[in-house]
Amino acid sequence: MKLITKLWIGIAVLIVLSPLGLILPEHFKSGSAWGEWSADEIQKLVGYIPQGLEKLSSLWSAPIPDYAFKGWEEKSLPHLSFAYIMSAVIGITIVVVVVLIIGKILTKKGE
Amino acid sequence: MHIPDGYLGPATCGVFYVAMLPIWTAASRIVKKTLKARQVPLLAIGAAFSFVIMMFNVPIPCGTTGHAVGGVLAAILLGPWAASIAITVALVIQALLFGDGGITAIGANCFNMAFVLPFAGYYIYKAISYNAPIDSNRRIIAAGIAGYIALNIAALLTGIEFGLQPLFHHTANGQALYCPYGLNVAVPAMLGEHLLIFGWVEAIVTALVIKYLQKQSPELLREGEVV
Repeated sequence: MKLITKLWIGIAVLIVLSPLGLILPEHFKSGSAWGEWSADEIQKLVGYIPQGLEKLSSLWSAPIPDYAFKGWEEKSLPHLSFAYIMSAVIGITIVVVVVLIIGKILTKKGE
Repeated sequence: MHIPDGYLGPATCGVFYVAMLPIWTAASRIVKKTLKARQVPLLAIGAAFSFVIMMFNVPIPCGTTGHAVGGVLAAILLGPWAASIAITVALVIQALLFGDGGITAIGANCFNMAFVLPFAGYYIYKAISYNAPIDSNRRIIAAGIAGYIALNIAALLTGIEFGLQPLFHHTANGQALYCPYGLNVAVPAMLGEHLLIFGWVEAIVTALVIKYLQKQSPELLREGEVV
């Protein structure tokens, strides 16, 4: 088997295992990453929501927020794990296509 | 380490966008000269690896979470400029599609994770693995140390960027406008958790893949020597 095929299999395995990045923090009752709190969490931490933060935090509405489908916030962990894997598949597909296009442009004249 | 929208003031966001422009320009110019067409699939794998590794949130029980970036590996195999492009693509897709990292903070997040991290990792690996045979253990150790230190430098920078905000932006009564924590809190928090836990994840994944490639494809590591 070609090395590049083996490496893609490795990426696929990581995608399937990726929900561990969701399940383990849930299991150990870990909160948000440092500095990545929502406005509500900030309110609890420091007692107020910084004005600029409140304004900017809703600037962008991502189509798949936090690797979960919209409206799935209350779904069970298996559902969220499924959404997490799908997010990885969608995200990686786009990343790979974009890098291949950039690579094609940059190496156009080379061999 | 993905700074969201609202944590950095407009000036900081602007400065890092402006700082990244020449870096992105230089990256495309240099990669155009050095990257061969047959290396492009490997660059795509490097970007995919970085994207998926960042999804593995590692918990600190009853505390916060964090993750590796997976970017030192691409830097070792393809050089820091190519790695910079691969990580940038991963970070931009994370911000636009998944809201992981802010739109206004793309410049800062790319500076930390797609510029400083691959460059620090690359030169640390180079220095430690200098003159080492392709199959030597020193290369595995070099990859691990490069991953550990590079992730921690990126975390330190992120902590400084967070921590400067209350100095720059606050209301008359002292309330912060953006990130509410100063350097005295942000730097120890960001650096501490990466020194203790997340840095080791970057070290282990980088070292393991280099060890695997030593057996599977030593010519890939030899090629990495000339970029």
